[in-house]
Amino acid sequence: MSQATFRIWRSEPGGGSGAFTDYTTEISEGMVVLDAVHKIQAEQAPDLACRWNCKAGKCGSCSAEINGKPRLMCMSRLNSINLDQPVTVEPMRTFPLIKDLVTDVSWNFRVKKGLKKFKPRQADAPDGTWRMAQRDIDRVQEFRKCIECFLCQDVCHVLRDHDKHEEFIGPRFLVYSAALEMHPLDTDDRLGDLKDKNNIGYCNITKCCTKVCPEHIHITDNAIIPLKERVVDRFYDPVTRLLRMITG
Amino acid sequence: MAAHATYSYDVLVIGAGGAGLRAAIEAANAGVSVGLICKSLLGKAHTVMAEGGMAAAMANVDDRDNWMVHFADTMRGGQYVNNWRMAELHAKEAPDRVRELEAWGAVFDRTPDGKILQRNFGGHRYPRLAHVGDRTGLELIRTLQDHTTYLGVTVHMEHTVIELILDNGRAAGVLAYDRERGRFHVFSAKAIVLATGGIGRAYKITSNSWEGTGDGHALAYRAGAQLIDMEFVQFHPTGMVWPPSVRGLLVTEGVRGEGGVLRNSEGRRFMFDDIPDNYKPQTASDPEEGWRYVMQDKTARRPPELLTRDHVARCINREVKAGRGSPHGGVFLDIAWIKERIPNAEEHIKRKLPSMYHQFKELADLDITKEPMEIGPTTHYIMGGIKVDGDSQESTIPGLFAAGECAAGINGANRLGGNSLSDLIVFGKRAGEYAAQHARKGSAPKVDDGAVEKAMKASLAPFERGAAGENPYKVQQDLQEAMQALVGIVRNEAEMQEAVQKLAGFNERASRAGIDGHREYNSGWHTCIDLRNLLDVSEAIARSAIERKESRGGHFREDYPDKVAEFGTFNISTKRSADGSMQVARIPIADMPAELKQVIEEQKQ
Repeated sequence: MSQATFRIWRSEPGGGSGAFTDYTTEISEGMVVLDAVHKIQAEQAPDLACRWNCKAGKCGSCSAEINGKPRLMCMSRLNSINLDQPVTVEPMRTFPLIKDLVTDVSWNFRVKKGLKKFKPRQADAPDGTWRMAQRDIDRVQEFRKCIECFLCQDVCHVLRDHDKHEEFIGPRFLVYSAALEMHPLDTDDRLGDLKDKNNIGYCNITKCCTKVCPEHIHITDNAIIPLKERVVDRFYDPVTRLLRMITG
Repeated sequence: MAAHATYSYDVLVIGAGGAGLRAAIEAANAGVSVGLICKSLLGKAHTVMAEGGMAAAMANVDDRDNWMVHFADTMRGGQYVNNWRMAELHAKEAPDRVRELEAWGAVFDRTPDGKILQRNFGGHRYPRLAHVGDRTGLELIRTLQDHTTYLGVTVHMEHTVIELILDNGRAAGVLAYDRERGRFHVFSAKAIVLATGGIGRAYKITSNSWEGTGDGHALAYRAGAQLIDMEFVQFHPTGMVWPPSVRGLLVTEGVRGEGGVLRNSEGRRFMFDDIPDNYKPQTASDPEEGWRYVMQDKTARRPPELLTRDHVARCINREVKAGRGSPHGGVFLDIAWIKERIPNAEEHIKRKLPSMYHQFKELADLDITKEPMEIGPTTHYIMGGIKVDGDSQESTIPGLFAAGECAAGINGANRLGGNSLSDLIVFGKRAGEYAAQHARKGSAPKVDDGAVEKAMKASLAPFERGAAGENPYKVQQDLQEAMQALVGIVRNEAEMQEAVQKLAGFNERASRAGIDGHREYNSGWHTCIDLRNLLDVSEAIARSAIERKESRGGHFREDYPDKVAEFGTFNISTKRSADGSMQVARIPIADMPAELKQVIEEQKQ
C-alpha cells in the first residue's frame, strides 16, 4: 500500500470562486482516479461533488480533466499516471461549473432537441420490417457507440476557446448527425442545417476530439470529414450544382 | 418551509432507464401530460450497462422459436413461481417491441439475409437475443432517449424522489430534491409509474451503478404497497474479480454465448460435472456438441456454461470453496481458446464482444483474445419487487404503477439473461398505457402539505447533526459487508437472523447520520437519503429469505438445500404494518390456465 496526492478542484456553491485542494490517500493495485475520489469522499471530504454512474466506461458520467487532459475518471488507471507529482483532477472547462467536479452539461441536451430526428423509409417487407446488410451498418454502429461523455465537446476549440455554443453543435452532434445521415433507413436531409444552422464549417479538423474519445470513435475521419464532403458536394461543387440545375 | 417549485402532470414517471423511458413514450403518445424524473443525467441509467441483448422469439436465426418456447423457458428458469400472465405477455409481445425500436432508429446486428441477428444465451433454448455487439443496453437507452426528446415529455434530470404521497389511499404525488441545488420540489400526478431499477448497492460486490439503491421498492413499501419475492436475488456468475477496484463489474453472458468456457485451476471444464436433471435433455453431452451449438448447428444442444445463472454461480462458488479457484478468488472464463476452432478468432472476438475486450484491456490490462479472464459471482438483479397486476402493471396502491426491475413477477425465482431488456420495453409500454388510461379517468389528487413538510424536515435532519453524526458512507459500507456475508449466494437461518439484528443496528446508526456542508450537490447528504431505502429493501430480502425454507432459483439455503413442492404454490410478500414493522406473509399463486399448462408440458419434450 502506498500513498498518492490528488489535487482536486473545490468550489463554492453556484460555481463561483474555487481552488485546488490537496488530498493524500492510500492507493492499492488496480485503482483508477474515480476510486481515489470516492475514497477521499468517504474519508475526508463527504460533500465533494462528483458525477458518476457505472464505473465501467459505459455511461460517460465521470468526465473530468486529469493532469490537464479530458478523460473519464473511471478509465484512468493510477498505474498509468505519474504519482510522484500530485494528480490534478478538475472539472471540464467548456461547461459552466455547478460544484467541484460537476459541470452543467444541459446545453448538449438542448442541442439534440434542435436536430432533425430519425425518419425511416417505408418497410421493406410486408410484415413491416426492414432488411439491412451488416456491412452497411458497420459505420453507423461505430457512431452509435458514443456514450455522451461530452469530452469531445470539452476539448473542441470552437466551443472551449471561442464559445460558439449558440452557432456550433460540436463533435458529439456531428457524430450524431453522421449516424442519422448514414443510417440506411433514414430519409431526411440534414445537409442544409449542417451548413447553415450547425456551422460544420467552423470545424478545422484538428482532431482533438478524436484523440480524447474514450470509445475510440474516429470522429474526425469517419464522421466529420465525410459530412463536410457531402456539404461541399451539395453546395460548393460547381459541377454538381450544374448537374443539379439540369436534372432538377 | 415551502418547496422551491411545484409541478403537476397527468402521468409522472420515476426513473429513466429502459422501462421508464418506454412508459413515458407510451403515455405521451396517449396524449396526456408526462413528467419524467431521473436521479442521473438522461441516458446514464443502469440500463446502459446491459450488454448481451434482449430476448424476443423472432425466429430470425432459428425458425423453431416462438412465443411458446420462450414462455416455457422463462417459466422453467423462474422455477414456476413466476406471474404466468406476465411471462405469457412478455413472450408474445417482445418481438413487436424490438421491431419498434428499429423503427425508432436502433441499429441491431444483422443476419446474412439482412434481418435482426439473434444470439445464444443462458436458459434460452434457441438463439433469441437481439443485440448490438455487447452494448445492447446503450442502443436501447439511446434509442428511447432520442425518441422521447421529440415527444414533449418534461424531463427533470438529477432529481431524487424522497417520499411518495397518497391521497385517500391512492397515489397523489412525490416530494423530490434536485441534486444541483438541493432544493425541494413537489410533483402531483394522477398516475405514477415507478421504474427505478434494482437494489444491487445493498451488497458489497455488485454489477450495479450507484443508483441501484432500491428507491422504488422502498418508496412503494413505505407507502403501503405489497412487495413479493424479495428473497430472489440474482448473483450473476461472471463478474470481474481482479483488480480489486473493478470487482463486481459485469462480464456479459454473451462471452459464454460466443463459446467462452469455464475452467478451474486444474484446467478442468467443471460445468460438465453437474447438470441438473430437468436440464439434461437440452444440454450438450460433450464439448464437441457444445461447440457445434455455439456455431448454430440446429441439431446440437447448448453447452453447460449456458445453464441458468443461479446454477452456474453456485458451481463457481463450489469450485472456489473447494480450493480450485483462480489466484484472486474466482475461476477462469476463456474465450481465447476458440482460436483452436476458427480462423481469425482474434478479430471475431473483438467484433462480437467489443465492449468486453475494451473493459478488460483498459481496466485489467488483459487481452481477452489471448488470455482467460478471472471471474466470480456478483450481485446483479432482483427478481422480487413491487407486486403488480400482470396486464396493467398497477400495484396494490391505486394509481401507482411499476415496471422493469422494481416490479416483480415475470422472472419468478430466477431471471434468464436477456429477459430483462425485453421486460423493460414490454412492461414499460404497458405501464405507460395503463397509467395514461388511469389518469384520463381520474380527478386531480391533492398532495397533503403536512406530509410534504414532514418529509422535508426529516430529510434535512442530517445537516442538523453535522459532522459529529455517523458517517453515512461508513454505515452504507457496513450494510454492504453484512448483506454480502450473511444474505448472499448461500444462506442459512442463523446468519440471516444475525443480519436482521444487524440491520436494526444500521437503522439506528442511519438515524444518527450527520453531514457537513451545503445542500448543493452534496454526495454525503444524498447517501443519507439513499441509506433509508437500502435498509428497507435489505430487511425485506432478509426476512423473505428466512421465510422461504427451501432452495429455489436465485435463493439457495444450505440448511434447506432442496426444492420443496409446497413452496412452489405461493409467493412471499412483505408489507408495512400500521405500527411500521415489516409483515411477512405467503400469498398463493393463481392457478395457471389449462392452455398455458399445456404449452409447458409440450415444451418439456
